[in-house]
Amino acid sequence: MEQIFFYILGAITLVSAFLVVSLRRPIQNVLFMILMMVGLAGLFILLHAEFVAMVQLVVYAGAIMVLFLFVIMLLNLDQLKMPPPEGSHVRWWAGAVIAFAVMGLIWLAFKMYLAPEVPPVEQAGASNTVVVGKALFTTYLLPFEIASVLLLAAIVGSVLLARSRS
Amino acid sequence: MLEHYLFLSAALFTLGVVGVMIRRNLIVVLMCLEMMLNAVNLSFIAFARYLGSVEGQIIVLFTMVVAACEVAVGLAIAVAVFRSRGTINVNDVNLLKW
Amino acid sequence: MDLAIPVILVIVKVLLVIFVVLTFVAYTTLLERRVLGWFQVRLGPNRVGPWGLLQPLADGAKLLLKEEVTVTAANRWIYLVAPLIVVTCALTPFAVIPFAKDLYLDRIFDQAASKFVLNTGVISDLNVGILFVFAVSSLGTYGVLLGGWSSNNKYSLLGGVRAGAQMISYELALSLSVIGVLLLAGTLSLTQIVEAQDSVWKWYVFRQPLGFILFLIAGSAEIGRTPFDLVECENELVAGYQTEYSAMKFGLFYLGEYAHLLFLSALMTTLYFGGWQGPFFPPIVWFLIKTFFFAFVFIWIRATYPRLRYDRVMAFGWKVLLPVGLFNVMVTAFVYTLWLQYRG
Repeated sequence: MEQIFFYILGAITLVSAFLVVSLRRPIQNVLFMILMMVGLAGLFILLHAEFVAMVQLVVYAGAIMVLFLFVIMLLNLDQLKMPPPEGSHVRWWAGAVIAFAVMGLIWLAFKMYLAPEVPPVEQAGASNTVVVGKALFTTYLLPFEIASVLLLAAIVGSVLLARSRS
Repeated sequence: MLEHYLFLSAALFTLGVVGVMIRRNLIVVLMCLEMMLNAVNLSFIAFARYLGSVEGQIIVLFTMVVAACEVAVGLAIAVAVFRSRGTINVNDVNLLKW
Repeated sequence: MDLAIPVILVIVKVLLVIFVVLTFVAYTTLLERRVLGWFQVRLGPNRVGPWGLLQPLADGAKLLLKEEVTVTAANRWIYLVAPLIVVTCALTPFAVIPFAKDLYLDRIFDQAASKFVLNTGVISDLNVGILFVFAVSSLGTYGVLLGGWSSNNKYSLLGGVRAGAQMISYELALSLSVIGVLLLAGTLSLTQIVEAQDSVWKWYVFRQPLGFILFLIAGSAEIGRTPFDLVECENELVAGYQTEYSAMKFGLFYLGEYAHLLFLSALMTTLYFGGWQGPFFPPIVWFLIKTFFFAFVFIWIRATYPRLRYDRVMAFGWKVLLPVGLFNVMVTAFVYTLWLQYRG
């Protein structure tokens, strides 16, 4: 059962990721990116990480990608002419070669170092949200606070950068 | 099963790398960066499940925070670049290139 | 066989809920038009059938039979997909709303019923239920945004961008207002939240009055009802993102809008007014009474208040609702902790 769902969701994720890389219109890229996020959220649920899956949907698919969409709409990038730069075929082939090389390396690493069959460890009792919440607010409290400061810095920085000069 | 997840994550990461290398649109490059972060998130979650620890999920949450910051600042830079140069083609923004 | 029966029953249950929700959505449109008619001392639709009860069917037939216009300059695929996204994201969250305690399946199947996890008054009791609701409704933004953008029309684009910005801003306030309830209930599952409110005094509206008011305001902005309906305000933007849509594609947007209205009422009932809990009547009756009462409240608000200005709406969302929501969360956490300490 898990395998079937894994293959369906994995196929959705991979195909839409490929389309993000290969399609030329930014708006289509964004749409397939959202589809990829949804597929990944499904995979997270498959891995018993419901809380992270929902956060993935809310934060990534619901907020970050809307930001992309806004920028594309406001700058009207879809109508913008992006002339194909010279040597783009060379770049595509280079990309394909790199992809195969990296995948081959990773495959080799798996074959050499990974134990073939590790059974999943079932977490006892409490629901995923409780476990994550407890860890986040006790052991990882300091990183959590630092993350909030980082967010504040990002807000200030992006407002400063994007504001008009007048 | 763990191997499957890791391989999927590796494939996603590779697609992200390739995207960053071959695409010239700044916004799409940013999206491919996000894709790489997502791929890493997937392997973290898979490890969390197969090692029975919650740390993998915690670190994914922090990655998401960093990703959100990165996108906000990155898109602000994209908007600023577009305002001043009228393009977001990465090849045309090369004033600092030696 | 052992696997097939539960699967079939689940599918039947889902179809049943969708059918019922769609019927209620159709009749909510009638309710809105009749009630607005009363408020404005006129009759409202009363020609088709007794009290106009067949009006939704007539409207549906009209929308189905109209000519489908696809704008030439539109971005065809996105233009066609946008209404589907809206409807899907409006109907999906109903899956986690507990509409009754159980389905009385044990009376039909005797012992067999206990074998299925099916005998609950909710399609799927997710342990991250409320997060699921927010996740799906945040995806709904895309339908509106893309619909406005792909029509290739100034008014549509303005409406779409307005809708996107407004929905994102108010979603924040909406989630903040709910956090108070989640703190008190100690769970994200909507079923358990309902079960925690087993007497009137435990209804969260009494323990979270500020949170409830925030939820009401942010919720009506989230679904784009008056006084926050500048997403589609007829007199400046024609109809906003749906200007270029006709026939059933417009019908889907319309459906999504009223499904959102019903869903928000149901969520409000679940979170603050004890869901299906109540004396004398069966749970489902209580649930419907409460839900339709809140649908009525939304229509009442529409008949009473004028529309706000756009910059005021955004300023209100970010500078008033958000700080007040944070304040509410802090006070709730503080008082709740003190209470726990005091109680031992």
